[in-house]
Amino acid sequence: MSLHPFVIELLQFALLLGLAPAFAGWVKVLKCRVQGRTAPGILQPYRDIRRLFGKDIVLAENASWLFRFTPYLTFGVTAIAAGIIPLISVDLPLSATADVIALVMLFGIVRFFTALAGMDIGTAFGGMGSSREMTIASLAEPAMLMAIFTVSLASNSTSLTQMVSVMAHSEFVIRPSLAFALAAFILIALAETGRIPVDNPATHLELTMIHEAMILEYSGRHLALIEWAGMMKLTLFFALGIAAFCPWGIATGGDTGLLLLAFVALSAKLVVGACVMVLIETGLAKLRIFRLPEFLGSAFLLATLGMIAFFILE
Amino acid sequence: MILLSLLGISILVALILAFIGDWRYAPEVNIGGSLLTFIVSLVLALQVYHEGGSISGSAYFFVDYLNISLVVLTTLVSTTTAVFSRRYMRVEREHGRVGHWRMRFYHAMFQLFIFAMLIALVTNNFGVLWISMELATLATVLLVSLYRTPTAIEAAWKYFILCGVGIAQALFGTVLLYFAAERVLGAGGNALLWTNLSRVSSQLDPTVMRLAFVFLMVGYGTKAGLVPLHNWLPDAHSEGPTPVSAVLSGLLLNIALYALIRCKALVDGSLGSGFAGNIMMGFGLLSLLTAAFSMLRQKDIKRLFAYSSIEHMGIATFAFGLGGPIATFGGVLHMIVHSLAKSATFFSVGHAAQMHGTQEMSHIRGLIRGNPAVGWGMFLGVMALAGMPPFGIFTSEFLILTATMKDAPYLAPLLLLGLAVAFAALFRKVQPMVAGLVPSGQKPLTAANIPVFLHLVLVLLLGIYLPGFLANWFHLAVEILK
Amino acid sequence: MTHTIATQINSLLAALILLSAFALLAQRKIMGLVHIFAWQGLLLALSTAVIGYASGEHHLYISSLLTLGMKVILLPYILYKLVHKLKIHRDIEAVVNVPTTMLLGIILVVFSYHLTAPIRELSNLMTRSTLAVALATIMLGMLMMVTRRHAVTQILGFLAMENGLFFAATSATYGMPMVVELGVALDLLIAAFIFGIFFFHINTTFESLDVEQMAKLKETD
Repeated sequence: MSLHPFVIELLQFALLLGLAPAFAGWVKVLKCRVQGRTAPGILQPYRDIRRLFGKDIVLAENASWLFRFTPYLTFGVTAIAAGIIPLISVDLPLSATADVIALVMLFGIVRFFTALAGMDIGTAFGGMGSSREMTIASLAEPAMLMAIFTVSLASNSTSLTQMVSVMAHSEFVIRPSLAFALAAFILIALAETGRIPVDNPATHLELTMIHEAMILEYSGRHLALIEWAGMMKLTLFFALGIAAFCPWGIATGGDTGLLLLAFVALSAKLVVGACVMVLIETGLAKLRIFRLPEFLGSAFLLATLGMIAFFILE
Repeated sequence: MILLSLLGISILVALILAFIGDWRYAPEVNIGGSLLTFIVSLVLALQVYHEGGSISGSAYFFVDYLNISLVVLTTLVSTTTAVFSRRYMRVEREHGRVGHWRMRFYHAMFQLFIFAMLIALVTNNFGVLWISMELATLATVLLVSLYRTPTAIEAAWKYFILCGVGIAQALFGTVLLYFAAERVLGAGGNALLWTNLSRVSSQLDPTVMRLAFVFLMVGYGTKAGLVPLHNWLPDAHSEGPTPVSAVLSGLLLNIALYALIRCKALVDGSLGSGFAGNIMMGFGLLSLLTAAFSMLRQKDIKRLFAYSSIEHMGIATFAFGLGGPIATFGGVLHMIVHSLAKSATFFSVGHAAQMHGTQEMSHIRGLIRGNPAVGWGMFLGVMALAGMPPFGIFTSEFLILTATMKDAPYLAPLLLLGLAVAFAALFRKVQPMVAGLVPSGQKPLTAANIPVFLHLVLVLLLGIYLPGFLANWFHLAVEILK
Repeated sequence: MTHTIATQINSLLAALILLSAFALLAQRKIMGLVHIFAWQGLLLALSTAVIGYASGEHHLYISSLLTLGMKVILLPYILYKLVHKLKIHRDIEAVVNVPTTMLLGIILVVFSYHLTAPIRELSNLMTRSTLAVALATIMLGMLMMVTRRHAVTQILGFLAMENGLFFAATSATYGMPMVVELGVALDLLIAAFIFGIFFFHINTTFESLDVEQMAKLKETD
C-alpha cells in the first residue's frame, strides 16, 4: 500500500509533535542514569506540558502583543520546519517550497522573536538573555550554513530531500569533508539547542543561563508552547543531522512497509544520538560565556575545513 | 679519491679538535687541517684544469670549473681565518670570555662548518646540497651564541628560527624539482643529480619549475641574506666571535648564492625566459639599496660590515640575474673578491674591537697611530669593499655596471645610487676610526697580519692583473651557467 | 579496489593532519602542543605506510618507521623531558587573536590549494591531491612560528613545518631518495640537540622562555 505524499507530510507533523516530548524525556532519563540520579520517566515532559496548559497565564502589565504572540509563532514555525526535514520519507510536498537556507531562516525567525519577547517586559534577565542569545546566534548561524553547504556540495543541491536521497543512495566512501562538517554540526547543534557546554537547560542560575533567561517571564500555556517547541527543536536538530549525515534507511516513496522501516531506523538513530549527546554533556563542563566565541569559532573552522577538504581532497 | 680526502680531512680534524680543542697547540692543528684541505683543493683544481671539464667522484660528488673555484676560495679563506683565529681566540681565552669546553666546541664546529660548506659545493645532488646547507647553519648557530650574552643568544635564536623557516621553503622547492625531474629521469636518486638535470633541463616541466624556483629563491635567498629576508644576518654576523663573522660573511653567503645560481641555470633551461633572472635582479637591487641606506645608520662596527655583506650579495645576485657572459663573469669574480676583502676587513675589525674592548664605532679611534697594521689593514680593506680602484671589487663592479648599461640601462642609475651610498657610508664611518689621535683606553695587541695582507694583495692582484689562465678559467665557469 | 580505499584513507589522514596543524595553532598549553605534535607525527607515519602499501613503493615503509621513531617517540620525548626539566609543563601561553590567526590559516590553505593546482593536474599519483594539504601544513607551521612568542612553541612550529615537508615529499613523488630522507632526519636530530641547548640558555639568561623579551637587537637611530 502506498500513501499519498500529503498523508506522509501530515504523518511527519504528527510524529514530531507526538514524539518530541518523549525524546526530550529519553534524554533526561539517560542523563539522570549516567549521573547516578533517579530518573523521572520518559513520559514526564508530557505531564509537564499538560500541567502547564492547565494553569493560568500571569502577564506583566506592560506586556505588548509581541510577548503574547511569540509563543504561538515559535510553536508554529518550529512545526513548519518539521515539514521540510525528511524524517521518514523524502517524498515531501512542502520540501519543494523551502530548502536548507530557508530552514536556517525559520530557526532565525524563532530566535528573533524570542529575543524580542525577552526584552519586551523590560526585566534585566530578559535583556541579558536576549543579548547573549544573539551573540551566540551571530556566530553559530554562519557556521551552521557552512556545515550544511559542505553536504550540499557533496550532493549538488541545497534542497534537503535532494541531499538526503543522494546521500542515502551513494556508495559508501570515506569523505573527510563530511567528517569535518559532522563535527562542526555537532558543535553547532549543542549551541543552537542550548545544551552544555554552551547553555544549561536545567539551570536557572542567573549568571549562566541564556535561553531560560529570555523565557523567564512566561507562564501557563505560553510556557507550555515554548517548552514544546524547544523539544521539537532538539528533535529536529537530531533529525537534520541524521538526514544530512546518515540517512540510510529512509523511505523514498510512500510504501507503508518502507515507512515503517524508516520509522524504526529513525527511532534507533535518535536513541543512539541521544546517548552520544548525553555523553558529551556529562563529559564537559559549561564554558564561560566569553569562551563561547572560541567554541563557535572552532565550529566555523571545522565547517570551513570541511568545505576546503571537499575541494582539495575529493 | 682526492675528492673524498678533501671532505675527509675536515671532518677528521673536527673530530680530533672536539677532544683537544683547548690544548695549547689546538689552533695550530686547526690551521694545519685547513691548510691540508687547501692543498688538496689546489691539487683538485689543477686536475680539473688539466683534464678539462668536470671530474666526478662516484655519483654523488663532482667538481667543475665553477665549484672548484669556490672550493679553493673556501679552503683558502678558512685557512687564513684559522691563522687569524689563533691570535684572536687566545686573547678571548685570556680575557675569560670563553672557557675550556667552549674552546673545544669552537674548534670542532669551525671544522664541521668547513666540512658542511665543502659538501654543499662538491655535491652533485640537490637534496644533499640542501642538507649540507642546513648542516652549515646548524654548525654555526651555537658559534654565534658562543659568548652566551643576552644579545648573542638573541642573535643566534633569530638566526636559527629565521633560517630554519627560510630553508624549509628551499626543501619544498627541492621536492618540486624532484617532482619535475622524476617525470623525465625516472624515480630514484639519479633524478636529483645536477649532471643529469643540466642535460635534460629543457624537458623539465616549466610550470613546476617556475613554482619550484620561487620556493628555492626564498629559501636560499634567506641564507644569502637577501632583503627582505635578511633580518637575521646583521645580528648573527655581529654577535659571534670575529673569525665566525668572517667565515659567515665571506663564505656561507657565497654557498647560498652558489646553490641559487645552480637552480637558476636549470630553471632557465626549462623556461627559456628571463623569469628567474628577473626575480633575482629584483631581490639583488632591493638588497643593494636597502643595505646601503641601512649602513648609514649603523653604530656597531660589525653590524656595519654585516650590512655591507648584504649589499655585496645583492650586487652579485643582481649580476647573476642579469645573465649574459659579462655580468655572470662579473658575478663570479665579485663573489671571490668580496669574500677575500670582507674576511680581511673582519680580521682587522676584530683586532680593533679587542683593542678598545667594544664594538661601538664611536669609541674606536686612532687605529693607524695605535697599531698601523690594524689601521692600514682596515682602511685598505674598506677601500677595497667600497669599490675603489685598483682593487678587484672595482673590476667586478665595473663589469657588472657595463653589462647593466648594455642590457638594462634603466636599472643602471639605481645600481649606481646604491654603490655611491654604500661608498659614502663606509668612508664616513671608517675614516674617523683609522685617523685621529689614539684614545686613552686603547690596549696594545699583537695582530695577525699575514691573513689580512695576504687577502688584500690577492684582491689587489685580481684588480690590476687577471692572469690569462685565470680569466680563461672563469670564462669556462661562466659557460656552465649558461 | 584496494587502491581506491587506500586513496580514501589517505585523504582522511591528510584531512586529520590539516586539522592537527590548526589545533597546534590554537592550543595554548605547552604539553597539549607536544601531544598534538606527536599525534600529527603518528598520522604522518600512518599515511606514509598506507601510501607505501598501496603504491608498492616499499622504501616508504622505512620512511614511515623513521617518522614513527623520530616524530612520534623521540622528539616528543625530548620535548617532554625538556619541558619538565625547565618546569614549564604548566605554562599557558597568552595567545592573542586566535580567531584572526585561524582566518589567516584558512586563507593560507586556500592559497596552498591554488599554488599546487598545476601540479595536481600534472601528477598521476594517488596522492596528488594531498600535496595542497602538505603545503598548507608548512604554511601553518610558519604562521605558528610568526604568531607565537614562546621558544618551545616556535620550535614546535618549526617541527610541524618539517612534518609538512615530509608529507609534501610523499605526496608529490612517493618520497625523496633515501639519502636525502636520511640526511634530513639527521639534520632534524642535530636541530633537536641545538634547540635543547637553546632552551636552557634562554631560560637561564632571560629567566623565562618568552622570546618577546629578546628584543635588544634592533635598528637604532
